[in-house]
Amino acid sequence: MDRGDNGLTVRKIRSGTVIDHIPAGRALKVLRILGVEPEQGYTIAVLMNVESRKIGRKDIVKISGLEPKVEDFHKISLVAPTATINIVRDYEVVRKEKVKPPEKVEGILKCINPTCITRQPREVATPTFRLVSRNPLVYQCIYCGSLLEEKEILEQLA
Amino acid sequence: MTWKGRSIVSILDFKRSELEELFREARIMEEQLSKGKVEKILSDRIVAMAFFEPSTRTRLSFETAAKRLGASVIGFTGEEAISVAKGENLADTIRMLSSYADLIVLRHRYEGAALYASKVSSVPVINGGDGRQHHPTQAMLDLYTVARELGRIDGLVYGVLGDLRYGRAAASFILGLTRFNPRKVYLISPPNLGLRREVRMIVEEQGLPVEEASLEEVVGELDVLYVTRVQKERFPDPEEYERVKGAYRITPSILEGAKESMIIMHPLPRVDEIDHRVDSTRHARYFKQAAYGIPVRMAILKLVLAG
Repeated sequence: MDRGDNGLTVRKIRSGTVIDHIPAGRALKVLRILGVEPEQGYTIAVLMNVESRKIGRKDIVKISGLEPKVEDFHKISLVAPTATINIVRDYEVVRKEKVKPPEKVEGILKCINPTCITRQPREVATPTFRLVSRNPLVYQCIYCGSLLEEKEILEQLA
Repeated sequence: MTWKGRSIVSILDFKRSELEELFREARIMEEQLSKGKVEKILSDRIVAMAFFEPSTRTRLSFETAAKRLGASVIGFTGEEAISVAKGENLADTIRMLSSYADLIVLRHRYEGAALYASKVSSVPVINGGDGRQHHPTQAMLDLYTVARELGRIDGLVYGVLGDLRYGRAAASFILGLTRFNPRKVYLISPPNLGLRREVRMIVEEQGLPVEEASLEEVVGELDVLYVTRVQKERFPDPEEYERVKGAYRITPSILEGAKESMIIMHPLPRVDEIDHRVDSTRHARYFKQAAYGIPVRMAILKLVLAG
């Protein structure tokens, strides 16, 4: 995976995370949702629009020195449902996991319905969604029933 | 799941067997009412009516039902709710009421209010309508009306006419039908007022045999014609409301092709979607339907509070 289709080589990382099989064009969204920025001191490599046997074209993100938490796995699955996360320690992949959109999402997404109870500023109802479909990705607000599709999820998390 | 102690948020939370249990209880209540001998089984209970939106039928029928069973009723409605709340949020109002009463009937303009209230309340919450979304007890009394008037719910042909997009009674009735086996459910609505995506999704998942139609095409097939009003207050755009209001109107001449036994239901209030001349035809059942609201809501209160 270190070799892009233009022959560009990115060095292996000593420890950190390699997020592979990101749908092409969404690498920056993945970084944004993780809240990772170069100012924080991480070394970040982003490969975009690389050929992939599995998904045609893909993006890859390498972040040196960061190990994602469980909720990060969930967040990544919402913008990159095909992604694989590799945790690297001392140049070895110690954990490899395909992300899975969670059955329930609490607090990350916002309901699209302005008259949903979760949209009322004075109420403290946490927006909560249940997974309706993985492909295409569709979630449903447990409060008002509104459906949230992949396009809307991406817009919110961009 | 048993009825006792349970909140009622959506008709979808109920299985067919639970609805049938409710109908049996409602039948007993009907008999007690007709004999004028209702057992005051809730004489030590307090029921709170938290109506953040104006309501006549739902509120008065719950209140009547509670009083018939001997319960005391507290609460507020409409404009009064604003002063009760004094800027307080729904969660705090519900917490307060749940420390006063044994059960709360809630109507609110926001979708999801009832589910939210049921999570913060220490007593059961009954959804008396949340925005455009659910009105489960209306669906229960509507299904009961069909069962009482036609002897069954299964195998019949239904036409649901009107505002299926913003009307919570129509949507809840259709969702309630997914618990039974209707032969056909015709959806008859003006353009742009068809079922919302999420309701359509459930209807498809549950395999309810729905089909879009015009009233003229199908009126001769129907056993039940369920009419609803266009929900003016839920239209985001008043001009859109002006365009669709009066898009349909039931008149005696439209009913000429209907089966003799066909019944017309309406959750009321009606505006002008049913001509008053229809009231005296053999088809009209909407006032009887409203009357069934009492024994059905008595049965609901009994099952939730006393089991």
